[in-house]
Amino acid sequence: MSEALTQGPLSPPTEAVRLPASVVTERRMVRWLLIAVALAFLALFLVLPLLTVFAQALAKGWGAYFTAFAEPDAQAAIRLTLLVAAIAVPFNLVFGVAASWAIAKFEFRGKNLLVTLIDLPFSVSPVVSGLIYVLVFGSRGLFGPFLVEHDIQIIFAVPGIVLATIFVTFPFVARQLIPLMQEQGTAEEEAALTLGASGWHAFRTVTLPNIRWGLLYSVLLCNARAMGEFGAVSVVSGHIRGLTNTLPLHVEILYNEYNFVAAFAVASLLAGLALVTLAVKSVLEWRYADDLAAGARRH
Amino acid sequence: MVETLKPRRRFRQRSVIPGFGITFGYTLTCLGLIVLLPLAALVVKASGLGLSGIWEVATDPRVASALRVSFGVSLLAALTASVFGGIVAWVLTRYDFPGRKLADAVVDLPFALPTAVAGIALASLYAPNGLVGAQLARIGIEAAYTPVGIFIAMVFIGLPFAVRTVQPLIAEIDKEVEEASAILGASRITTLTRVVLPPLIPAVLTGFALAFARGVGEYGSIIFIAGNLPYVSEIAPLLIVIKLSEFDYAGASAIAVIMLAISFVTLLAINLIQAWSRRRFGYV
Repeated sequence: MSEALTQGPLSPPTEAVRLPASVVTERRMVRWLLIAVALAFLALFLVLPLLTVFAQALAKGWGAYFTAFAEPDAQAAIRLTLLVAAIAVPFNLVFGVAASWAIAKFEFRGKNLLVTLIDLPFSVSPVVSGLIYVLVFGSRGLFGPFLVEHDIQIIFAVPGIVLATIFVTFPFVARQLIPLMQEQGTAEEEAALTLGASGWHAFRTVTLPNIRWGLLYSVLLCNARAMGEFGAVSVVSGHIRGLTNTLPLHVEILYNEYNFVAAFAVASLLAGLALVTLAVKSVLEWRYADDLAAGARRH
Repeated sequence: MVETLKPRRRFRQRSVIPGFGITFGYTLTCLGLIVLLPLAALVVKASGLGLSGIWEVATDPRVASALRVSFGVSLLAALTASVFGGIVAWVLTRYDFPGRKLADAVVDLPFALPTAVAGIALASLYAPNGLVGAQLARIGIEAAYTPVGIFIAMVFIGLPFAVRTVQPLIAEIDKEVEEASAILGASRITTLTRVVLPPLIPAVLTGFALAFARGVGEYGSIIFIAGNLPYVSEIAPLLIVIKLSEFDYAGASAIAVIMLAISFVTLLAINLIQAWSRRRFGYV
């Protein structure tokens, strides 16, 4: 009947024109073919690698799997990764809230330039992100002589790893909150201020509840990147076992030593983190789509 | 600093909302120290070489080959990601099928999965004795430790960009326009190619550019599967790491500046596409 409508004359003019659904979609066979192509592609390129991580991690059984975590180096890597995220994520959280307050609640010249500059780290290669810190703080870098003289080590030490991680996750919170806060405008804050609230009070009781889901969303993604960053951290870390190895770097070392079960076991920890991140992110997108607003789909 | 603060009244519009000074100042301080100062150090280091010095590094056979591999393979990978990403975006937005929401969530996996984890997983899958690699070997394709492996990793990393830039636009397509096209006698193919697809082109191009830029800079998910043979499967970011380990800061900076320059050109292209799209279609 759909063919009749698309090819033949329209239904009698007395009846309201009701087009069958197939006019604005593809034929059933084409639909299923496209669905099959899309799912096969996702399965091959995304799901299969994920499953491989867990399959390889458990290739020699649970005993071998847990041995990988008993190693002191692995535990040091876990501790370092948690420490780095515990510094980098709150830093970017505070920065992101401050930046989006200044950018979304006020009108000033050069705003677009400022937003572009905040986004800059996203378009810099991870390796270059590490390199620039070596150029500033490395022994032959900009502040190198000063740092050597005062016996301060930043590169090939924890501070360098933290700085590089902050750099690569710098835009996450800001770029999520700016469009959200711009959308919400300033009317509610103005009302609160008129009623005698202090600025800080207005922020805490009016703005913060409005942006809480967007904030949680961006912190989640920021954290995933902070814990998983490889390229930038690899350049500044120096790969000192037990001291400057984060989890992703530990995975690399184990893999290059052909210790595949341990490498994939540690990797499965990070993959698990990724899965939890994705799950919470999806739930937030489904339930609070409006509260995440314009920024929800941006990365 | 003083200059920006002095004509403050004109610099920003009046507002009853407090906290501009402190949040704006904090934003600039963080931005300056974390982002701009280190990037400036790179530019200073590279400009010490001069244009001729940078050119010399860029035309070094090994560097030139690495740049060719990075940009060439990334171009192909972004193209592939855009085509299949477009199909994925269309299917996820337009059709209803069991597991649609799960498939939608899976698309973001490359954003969430650490690149090193993706790297070793892809390497073991596509190795000659791996699950997929063995099948490919049977038909004569060597994936791991060749540019094909780099291509696979870049498609993996670029796919979400291709899907997520197009998806919201497909969702916003006005179905009445499609109905009108059908009522006026257009076949479904004509409707798709003449009515539905043209407004999507800017988004597809943007997704392509983002995937391309990401592929060029990508490191973690590639180095395990690439094999890193000089002149064959060595990527530009790896060469930066190698130069750094040899303490050749200048050489590393030169490659980095070349890569930065090209990614800025890509960014500029994205902005131009979006500006054009706003004029042409009224949205991004």
